[in-house]
Amino acid sequence: MAHKEPEIVVLPPDTEKIKKLWRVAGILLLVTIVEFIIAFTLPHGAAKTFLFVLLTIVKAGYIVGEFMHLRYEVKVLFWSVLIPMIFVVWMLVAFVYEGTKIVTY
Amino acid sequence: MDHSTATVTHGRSVWDGGASPMGASYGKLMMWFFLMSDAFTFSGLLITYGLVRSSNPAYVGTPSDFFFSTEHWPIPEKVFDAIPFFHGVEAPLVFVGFMTFVLIMSSVTMVLAVEAGHRMDRAAVEKWMLWTIIGGLTFLGCQAWEWTHFIVGTDTPTLMKVFDTKLGGWKEMEVLGANLHVNQYGPPAFADFFFFITGFHGFHVFSGVLLNFLIYYNAVTGLYDRRGHYEMVEKVGLYWHFVDLVWVFVFTFFYLV
Repeated sequence: MAHKEPEIVVLPPDTEKIKKLWRVAGILLLVTIVEFIIAFTLPHGAAKTFLFVLLTIVKAGYIVGEFMHLRYEVKVLFWSVLIPMIFVVWMLVAFVYEGTKIVTY
Repeated sequence: MDHSTATVTHGRSVWDGGASPMGASYGKLMMWFFLMSDAFTFSGLLITYGLVRSSNPAYVGTPSDFFFSTEHWPIPEKVFDAIPFFHGVEAPLVFVGFMTFVLIMSSVTMVLAVEAGHRMDRAAVEKWMLWTIIGGLTFLGCQAWEWTHFIVGTDTPTLMKVFDTKLGGWKEMEVLGANLHVNQYGPPAFADFFFFITGFHGFHVFSGVLLNFLIYYNAVTGLYDRRGHYEMVEKVGLYWHFVDLVWVFVFTFFYLV
């Protein structure tokens, strides 16, 4: 099988795609900087936590969608990955709420 | 956008496994399934953190008056405020911000390696894989420092109420640094979660660096050229992005909130 070396054709870089990847990286860094600014300007509270969670979901969306390429995969795969995460969010909300009802001494 | 570099369908009928139902190869699909299970594990850790944190009283007052105590959960920016080589300088969250930057950048270099793999460009794959490995090692080094600082502690110990198992009761004592039993920053669970969550993530980074090195080695020796595709770069890339993704969540829930 490996008697002859296969012909390797190196394609030129896809500048359009590479530019897009760097743009996504820029967005991720920008969101992180915004998170930093929020961390030191807003008072601690529910609104701040909500903002942080929102920005985290934005970042996660870019990483999973663009870097992990999920946005361009077949719909079945896309939803197979996303739908179970609903239960994780549900579990998180339920447990954090339950936690407030636990009295620690 | 055509993405799949490899198709396993050559010369196989549909009934012999020639079809890929989700438009992804077997290996990529299995990587996605593994990452799903891994996501559940990390969710379990972070949700438990949320439960315990919300069951502990939060600090009431302005951040400038904050003090370490087992009576309330610490504000993260008051715990993680040190940077290497600048002893005594308060730089809240700066170091962990740098770590986030490093990990995001290594994710970018990884995706560039994947892009180069699609083009069968071995030299570019080698270059970007090497940058990814360097990024991973930098992150691990930073984490080693972070852990050391956390374990050793600050300059001044905290007077804390600690449960003494020999005495069978509570006693006041000075605590410096952190371990799984007691820590100077807050309730014992705070340090426990720090060690378990960042430790489990750090272990993922460590194995990710090993896998990245394996891919780099295989690319250098020309294995993927002989194989005719660079799909392994893509699969390990998925894992590496996942490690970055988890850090995004750890960063928010452990360091920011």
